[in-house]
Amino acid sequence: MALDRWLALIILGICCVYGYTAWFLMDGSLAPFMRRNPVWPSTFPKILSIVCGLTALWVLVFQHAPPGEKAGEVDYRRLLEYKLQQAGGLIALMVGYALTLRPLGFLLSTALFLAIGAVTLGERKYHILVPVALLASGLTWYLVAEVLGVYLRPLPILF
Amino acid sequence: MLEGILIGLSTAFSGFNLALVAAGCLIGTLIGMLPGLGPMSIIAIMIPIAITIGDPASALILLAGVYYGAIFGGSTSSILINAPGVASTVATSFDGYPLARSGHAGKALTVAAIASFAGGTIGAILLMIFAPMLSTVALLFHSAEYFALMVLGLSAVAAFGGKGNVAKALLMTLLGLIMATVGEAALFNAARFTGGLMDLQSGFGFITLAMAMFALPEALFLVLDPGRSSRSDTGGSKIGKLRISAAEGREIAPVIGRQSLQGFLIGVLPGAGATIASFLGYAVERNLATKEEQEMFGKGSLKGLAAPEAANNAACSGSFVPLLTLGIPGSGTTAILLGALLSLNVSPGPRLMIDEPDIFWSVIISMYLGNLILLLLNLPLIPYIAKLLAIPRNYLIPFILFFTLMGSYIGQNNPTELLILVGLGIAATAFRLADYPLAPLLIGFILGRMLEDNFARAMQIYDGPSFLWERPMTIGLLVLAVLLIFLPSYRQWRAQVKIKKAQERYDR
Repeated sequence: MALDRWLALIILGICCVYGYTAWFLMDGSLAPFMRRNPVWPSTFPKILSIVCGLTALWVLVFQHAPPGEKAGEVDYRRLLEYKLQQAGGLIALMVGYALTLRPLGFLLSTALFLAIGAVTLGERKYHILVPVALLASGLTWYLVAEVLGVYLRPLPILF
Repeated sequence: MLEGILIGLSTAFSGFNLALVAAGCLIGTLIGMLPGLGPMSIIAIMIPIAITIGDPASALILLAGVYYGAIFGGSTSSILINAPGVASTVATSFDGYPLARSGHAGKALTVAAIASFAGGTIGAILLMIFAPMLSTVALLFHSAEYFALMVLGLSAVAAFGGKGNVAKALLMTLLGLIMATVGEAALFNAARFTGGLMDLQSGFGFITLAMAMFALPEALFLVLDPGRSSRSDTGGSKIGKLRISAAEGREIAPVIGRQSLQGFLIGVLPGAGATIASFLGYAVERNLATKEEQEMFGKGSLKGLAAPEAANNAACSGSFVPLLTLGIPGSGTTAILLGALLSLNVSPGPRLMIDEPDIFWSVIISMYLGNLILLLLNLPLIPYIAKLLAIPRNYLIPFILFFTLMGSYIGQNNPTELLILVGLGIAATAFRLADYPLAPLLIGFILGRMLEDNFARAMQIYDGPSFLWERPMTIGLLVLAVLLIFLPSYRQWRAQVKIKKAQERYDR
């Protein structure tokens, strides 16, 4: 089965869970006076669950890609031939950045993110990379925190 | 009216106010270019500075300049790095980015600047002429019509945004609507579909979703296929050509004229705004184009670039109509402007034009000025702005990822938002690999809450769904929406049947 139909199947599953919540779980906690209203918090989700479920089925059943169809920008059928490791490394790096932003502070975590990100992509000119990463993180912190007034903890949580 | 225009001219042309428009446009362009910082956040940041000015007319002139600058800045990042910081510039990236990738970044930015200038200027002229009259048209729309109008807008997005695959685009739109129901709803004051997670109490953040849908998959695609960025680098060295030929000028002129008018009219309707204007503008022009030109849409069509740019700038002018004449904000940005006006002791409404003509007219006059300054400021700066493409891939990608993460983090100040961003970004990459269009999802998400609010309000007013058939304008708009979805699908099905029959005949 092609990837687009797998995704339609996943969306159909999401619609089922969403619809079950809207049709059977949400109305239980509704206050008695709200039950007289013509519209409940679950009304719109109930409509959406049906329409979305039917559309997902439409894609799943009737949307057959013609044989020999031209692949998209990146052909998922040849995904292993692309730089999958680099992409995975950068995704892991973003998760790491999210987890270390507060404990390590903005300056250190950002400089590390930029430097490790560039190294992951193959950059080896450390004499350029490290100053650029440090300068960019310092400049961004100054603009965001000092000029725009949005608080960003600059240093590790210990300080 | 003439007296009011003269008062507006004298206020707007004072040296101080001219400097404020120029500063506003420059700040707006520079910050608007950063993915994740759209006009709403920039105006919100600038409000304290505007209030310290003291004079409401000057404050509003500054904020209007920032607004226009941010819209243009958003278009710039859409064209150069396919990272629209604002929903209304998403349609710009459809053709702007392919143009930049094929080595015509300079031309794309010039077309965007000219279309923005023309759209904004025509919008400002229309605002001046029609502001008093259009307030009565907008008053005719009730919740039921707003609901139907939004359904029509979403159908148009699904019908024309899916590169021919209506079902997939419709599915994405509906997924966006489902995502919009997560969190607290304005009318019900109860959190829904949060799964007990506190971080989802206020729903998914718009900026987070926008970054996840556009900037993150693009960066990941650049990593997966290094050939894309090398092609982009080649494009970077060819940005020198900023001029557009006379033939190209003739090609985009009618598009700009049509879309300025249409964008302005859509912008006047509260809730519709620049986003729908830009998408509808793109869709309408694609439909009006010849078959050969239609093939070019999404691959670097100048018409496809000029249409959303003219429409969204004209809609920005249009969105000032309900704000200035009725005191109703037509969009999130004008809602923030309304807050700024109230804190300056100015109450926008029908009396504003009579009681404080200097504020009303100077803002309108400053719109002309803002557009002119944007053109004068941005055209000479285009070669420098386009240098962004020359940054080596090893540095560019981590910086795109960093700005993506920062755009999402600044709005919420919550690291969990970054994890949500990464999760949604991976999902968006999978959708893009499978050729699902992502813009309909984002538009569905943005309009979802307004759609549900208007639906609920209409249901309450009519004590049930009878508004669907009792109001002629509502039923007319809804029928149009259904036709928009089913006609292209029917055409597609008929074409497939014809091909099959022809093949069978050939086999025999």
